Amino acid sequence: MTGSAKRINSELFTLTYGALVTQLCKDYENDEEVNKQLDKMGYNIGVRLIEDFLARSSVGRCHDFRETADVIAKVAFKMYLGITPSVTNWSPAGDEFSLILESNPLVDFVELPDNHSTLIYSNLLCGVLRGALEMVQMAVDVRFAQDTLRGDNVTEIRMKFIKRIEENLPAGDE
Amino acid sequence: MADDVLFEFLHMEMVSHVYKEQASRDDIDKDRITCVSILEGMGFRVGQGLIERCTKDYPTFKDDLDVMKFLCKDFWTSIFRKQVDNLRTNHQGTYVLQDNKFALLTQVSSGKQHLEEAPKYLAYSCGLIRGALSNLGLESVVTAEVSLMPSCKFQVVIQKS
Repeated sequence: MTGSAKRINSELFTLTYGALVTQLCKDYENDEEVNKQLDKMGYNIGVRLIEDFLARSSVGRCHDFRETADVIAKVAFKMYLGITPSVTNWSPAGDEFSLILESNPLVDFVELPDNHSTLIYSNLLCGVLRGALEMVQMAVDVRFAQDTLRGDNVTEIRMKFIKRIEENLPAGDE
Repeated sequence: MADDVLFEFLHMEMVSHVYKEQASRDDIDKDRITCVSILEGMGFRVGQGLIERCTKDYPTFKDDLDVMKFLCKDFWTSIFRKQVDNLRTNHQGTYVLQDNKFALLTQVSSGKQHLEEAPKYLAYSCGLIRGALSNLGLESVVTAEVSLMPSCKFQVVIQKS
């Protein structure tokens, strides 16, 4: 690709996402509803994105939540968003951790207008992670703990392992 | 830099959302037109935005045909990962861009199955084209037609001011 073509390509997703959030803000009365919609849409994307991820990465089954965290940060985020968040703030039980994003590609050139102070702009990401992990038998809770768009220094996503989802194997499988 | 496939997934979900959203409101007749125009409008603003940030990288275009060729090569490749397969014009302001394997249709179906669904998946792209051309100095009307997926044709009619 030429230089200009590369530049267009890298902003296509970001600008499209921005247009989506803008549209949702028009469709719904309040930020809470928009946040919910973003999460739902993210979930729908996540349940399909996982197949793409498993097909393109050579990652095998994760043995524990720590491995999962590393794969999410070092493989998945790198592959899809070109960034590698750091994994920190593990809970003593090892069932909760934070992803710290120094930069968030979704929010380039974005400023939240004053009347949207409770909007979680990148909430799609939470849904994507939740949906993707559900397809590999993990029920997780994902939320933004810090957000640079709301004045924090970094963007922090907190992920908590809820439970393992039992696979429904058809009778006769081992 | 976001992976190409993310855009494709997001686009599919956006189309799904816009149609679900409209279905839950009244006025079934306006549905289809409204959905298409919502998606087209989103595409238009994004198309403008994409060009806006890169203007200094572009060569100066000597005429409309030059602009259209740029659209068919660089722009199309950057967004749809391939060039337009065929560009035709009547040299009077109408251009037809044919893409035999349109990236946003390949996941919908191949052949004639779900043909009536195809316009949903083309509206945003029509807007992208119209928006890009607008910021390149050309006002246009952009429509799309599909007779056999995933091949489609975009018709661009340049508006004379």
